[in-house]
Amino acid sequence: MAKDLCKTLADLKEDEVLAIVQEKLNAGADPMGILADASRAMEIVGNRFSKSEYFIPDLVYSGEILKKINELVKPKLTEEVGTKKGGKVIIGTVAGDIHDIGKDIVVFMLDVNGFDVIDLGVDVPAQKFVDKIKETSAPVVGLSGFLTLAYDSMKQTIEAIKAAGLRDNTKVMIGGGQMSDEIKKYTGADAFGKDAMVGVSLAREWTGTK
Amino acid sequence: MAKEWVEMTSEEKHEALFARWMAPKDPEGNDLKFQSPQAEEAFKERITRIKDAIQMKKLPDRVPVFVTPSFFPAYYAGITPQEAMYDYDKCCMAFKKFIMDFEPDGNLGALVPGPGKFFEILDYKLYSWPGHGVAPEQSYQCNEGEYMKADEYDALIEDPSNYFTHSYLPRVFGKLDGFQMLPALTGILEMYGVAVNFIPFGLPPVQATYKALFDAGAEALKWMGAMGAFNGEVTAAGFPIIAAGFTKAPFDVIGDTLRGTRGIMVDMYRQPDKLLEAMDRLTPIMIKMGVSTAMMAGHPIIFMPLHKGADGFLSDEQFKKFYWPTFKKVMMGLIAEGVVPMPAAEGHWTTRLEVMSDLPKGKTLWMIDQSDIAKAKKTIGKVGCLFGNVPSDLLVVGTPQQVKDYVKNLIDTCAKGGGYIVSNGAFFDQAKPENVHAMVDAAREYGVY
Repeated sequence: MAKDLCKTLADLKEDEVLAIVQEKLNAGADPMGILADASRAMEIVGNRFSKSEYFIPDLVYSGEILKKINELVKPKLTEEVGTKKGGKVIIGTVAGDIHDIGKDIVVFMLDVNGFDVIDLGVDVPAQKFVDKIKETSAPVVGLSGFLTLAYDSMKQTIEAIKAAGLRDNTKVMIGGGQMSDEIKKYTGADAFGKDAMVGVSLAREWTGTK
Repeated sequence: MAKEWVEMTSEEKHEALFARWMAPKDPEGNDLKFQSPQAEEAFKERITRIKDAIQMKKLPDRVPVFVTPSFFPAYYAGITPQEAMYDYDKCCMAFKKFIMDFEPDGNLGALVPGPGKFFEILDYKLYSWPGHGVAPEQSYQCNEGEYMKADEYDALIEDPSNYFTHSYLPRVFGKLDGFQMLPALTGILEMYGVAVNFIPFGLPPVQATYKALFDAGAEALKWMGAMGAFNGEVTAAGFPIIAAGFTKAPFDVIGDTLRGTRGIMVDMYRQPDKLLEAMDRLTPIMIKMGVSTAMMAGHPIIFMPLHKGADGFLSDEQFKKFYWPTFKKVMMGLIAEGVVPMPAAEGHWTTRLEVMSDLPKGKTLWMIDQSDIAKAKKTIGKVGCLFGNVPSDLLVVGTPQQVKDYVKNLIDTCAKGGGYIVSNGAFFDQAKPENVHAMVDAAREYGVY
């Protein structure tokens, strides 16, 4: 029998992982089962990252391996992959700022921790955040920014959320290279997350997830 | 010069470059005429102060102070980054006002904005800049991508110049498309068949590329004319520019603009040997880039922006295997030619400090941002001069008193025994001017030895 897919993927052994997946598919295994194993493995990857056993390259590489698994499994899929059951979180890099590395790490960590992440990308206008909150009723919004210029964009975004009457039901966290608790106060956010793990625990707290 | 350059020791070269920095020339090669004897004296005092801090042999008269912004001078002077990039006179006016008003011991000149029209002429795709992908009031930002493909390491290793010409440059500059059709110049050898090599230059796409290059060259010259005049003016007013030019750590060369962050991270797993070989190949090229700029400018300091080795971006093992060895080789190569590497460790580099301390004393100048500054002093600070650590957020939302307190604490922590320069920690766009003043004032007030 093939080796444990979950463990092999969590250990980032790409060649072995793909061999196992191929073997399973050839043997007629349920593609949904393979994806479930992969999803558990990604959770372990996230866990190791939060314990500083893994670093950003490990996250990126695990994502690359996952892409390849999906390519193998996709043609065999007969049913739709279910949507996430966790709380909704809207994430984006604020207007005028096109940096995405930090944002993508937070998206990854929220995703592997079961959140339904709506990633608006970079250079996101305030109105787009507002529209997305209205559309999805997401209780948590994460604003990312790398530049000092993002301070004002974050502030304006939060003001726009407030002006739309959505602030009371929306918790806002900020993060990025030159952010701090002082900038949290300046922008009117609810919290500053110094890294992706803090982002996850804030989202947990705010959505009432364990 | 009494001794030929090639005969000098590294130490003599180092001193000779400082001596050239201290004795600036005008464009005709004559001694630069200072605005006044006071300006000349101030210029020499400032360089001596910086030199003493770097060399760590004797204490400077006081802790020097740098102000090293990104687009702050534009905002401060009331112009947009777009204006700073397209109107060279306005750009110089803004940076001059900034230097005259804040009077730092060291500044970065006015090169940061760069020539907007030049980027337009060549259809530069690597960056979005004001009016081209970002708003006029924003700074330019890099569009990361896999401009070098995963299977192109062999081509890069085999012939970096050829790879840049045929593959990389046409991808980052739309108008350099024609370069893909160029012949290998090493095929041009003798009468027989020589003309065949020149056929591409007769083809419309190649000619269009050359036309764009001529225009771009003319624009770059125009810009450099403005910058040269600016440099002369601020130097004549007594204000030294800190760095002559830049070079990079080989890991960043590949990870920033060739393979991109994701690309290089995956390469560490899928093709580590190719990555290591490519970085070795780039090492002497990066040394030469720094040394030749320093020699040409007659200035000892070469800036090295550090990026993908920051805390979290690599594991400790990956940092030691992939980032540090060739980064160190580049620094040692610069030092051997008398040049002072100025690595800028923006963001957090606390976990790297110990590894990066393995350097000769008094030969490097480190910009430290949010790394643990006390630890930096105990590690890199034992062998190299540190500057920075005044946080960007404090400069934007703090009060002048908070900035002063912060700087006082920094001086208490770092200035003992020399080797520290007060400065902002990251190249900033925004700040309250009164906070920047407070930083400079605090260095003068608390930094006297």
